[in-house]
Amino acid sequence: MAAKTIISRPIYGTLSPQPGKHHLFVADAEGALAIVDMAKTAPPGFFDGAEIVFIPGSGGQHIAALEALKSAQFHVAPSFASLLPRLKQTLANAHMGMRLYLAGTEGLIGQAMQVALEAGIDHTSMQTEHRGSLARRMQCVHCKGITENVTTQPATCAHCGLLLLVRDHYSRRLAAFQGVCINAEDPSEIPPKEEAFP
Amino acid sequence: MSTGTTKLDVVVSDVVPVNDLVTRFHFRRRDGGLLPTFSGGAHVVVEMRDGELTRLNPYSLMGSPLDTSEYTISVRRDDLGRGGSLFMHRSVKPGLEMVVSYPVNLFSLDLRAKKHLMLAGGIGITPFMAQTAQLAGSGGNFELHYTCRTASLGTYADVLQQRHGNRIRLYHDDRDERIELDRLLSSQPLGTHLYVCGPAGMINWVRDRAASLGWPTETVHYEHFAAPQPGLPFDVTLAVSGKTIRVGEQQSLLEAIEAAGVDPPYLCRGGVCGQCETNVISYDGKFIHNDHWLSEEDHRSGCKIMPCVSRFEGKSLVLER
Repeated sequence: MAAKTIISRPIYGTLSPQPGKHHLFVADAEGALAIVDMAKTAPPGFFDGAEIVFIPGSGGQHIAALEALKSAQFHVAPSFASLLPRLKQTLANAHMGMRLYLAGTEGLIGQAMQVALEAGIDHTSMQTEHRGSLARRMQCVHCKGITENVTTQPATCAHCGLLLLVRDHYSRRLAAFQGVCINAEDPSEIPPKEEAFP
Repeated sequence: MSTGTTKLDVVVSDVVPVNDLVTRFHFRRRDGGLLPTFSGGAHVVVEMRDGELTRLNPYSLMGSPLDTSEYTISVRRDDLGRGGSLFMHRSVKPGLEMVVSYPVNLFSLDLRAKKHLMLAGGIGITPFMAQTAQLAGSGGNFELHYTCRTASLGTYADVLQQRHGNRIRLYHDDRDERIELDRLLSSQPLGTHLYVCGPAGMINWVRDRAASLGWPTETVHYEHFAAPQPGLPFDVTLAVSGKTIRVGEQQSLLEAIEAAGVDPPYLCRGGVCGQCETNVISYDGKFIHNDHWLSEEDHRSGCKIMPCVSRFEGKSLVLER
């Protein structure tokens, strides 16, 4: 996990079982392992009231490990967009006492958190654990377009084509890091791209 | 130094007995102007000049925050207390000039909440009078569950039901009506915040059940002003100002420090805000901690005391003050 540089840069923790009867997990890729690790310390019957929503990603791994937890509900989705309606519905019908656990890439944690914030859960009330890729979701501050899975510094905006410095400045409302034009003074100056967020 | 507690010169404009135990006091500015804005849940510290003795007690503002032409508080008579409430009941009459602090809110609504669930016990109803008025004025979603001993001691239950109808639910101890707390807490929509004000036992019960049922601590708000309790007199040395003082039976430690001409910071005077936290340099005896501010660890350490509500019994106590 990246070191804290500025105050808006999210800090993630380690999932731990919370009191209550209902537990909703949203995870992608290696985030599954955070749930499996947490399950070792969970009290008996914990997963009887749990729902796990999982995006396996390209490798398609970890599905069996999550199934073995025998949660009340287990749902596999191909992408965040595809699970969004289900997540919104679950949150709309949920009651106080349901706890939310987010694990995996920053993009997944941030986007699920964005939906949960709108549903009324405070971000400090959510359990988060970063696992896997450091790829960032980035908003271009110039055209406002969002570019997913940014791994380089600087990065090219997928919308307006500007070359952007990917800042640690993060917006929970947008679930995105801010990208600011790196060569506004002299567009002919092209700094080399480095693989900064593998 | 009364941090954030600039004083307001007020005059008692009305005194209204509400029931056998509770009396309401109305204050207006002596210069006829509007009082400072406040939000639901705020309190003021009322200075009671009772002969030689000055007591300062916090009381929740119970009027509508939309009306700052007057401040109203309700005081429950406590026959066994230090005499502050008895002074208010016996000696405060319309026309009396008094001094109150600016309002301070340590029990404010979290306006991000989708719904506000309020639980009141007894005189703990007063902050909710202001909060429900504030929410009703802005179309807020709330419900209030109010437990009282008997219907006649259900202070303002009638007013609240008139104003807010079925948003108000009453429970009378003498009719053996009890809040079904677990069911209530388990059936609230996501985004609900919980507010509790009442006796310490009720607050502890509600906080404990809410935590067990998975309510995040950020969503549970409570206020319990521990009125300073009387106790045995004790001596204190104030190391910084080089004074040794005696704390009287009916005096709080903070009041005794102030009476000696030392001006420590304070805000709530009810053991919740943390402003008057004072370091202990040495002691030989036993602390009687009554605050809700210090951790249990702090209490055990013997290194800190909240002089607004806590006392001491023993041979010697030296404070960094």
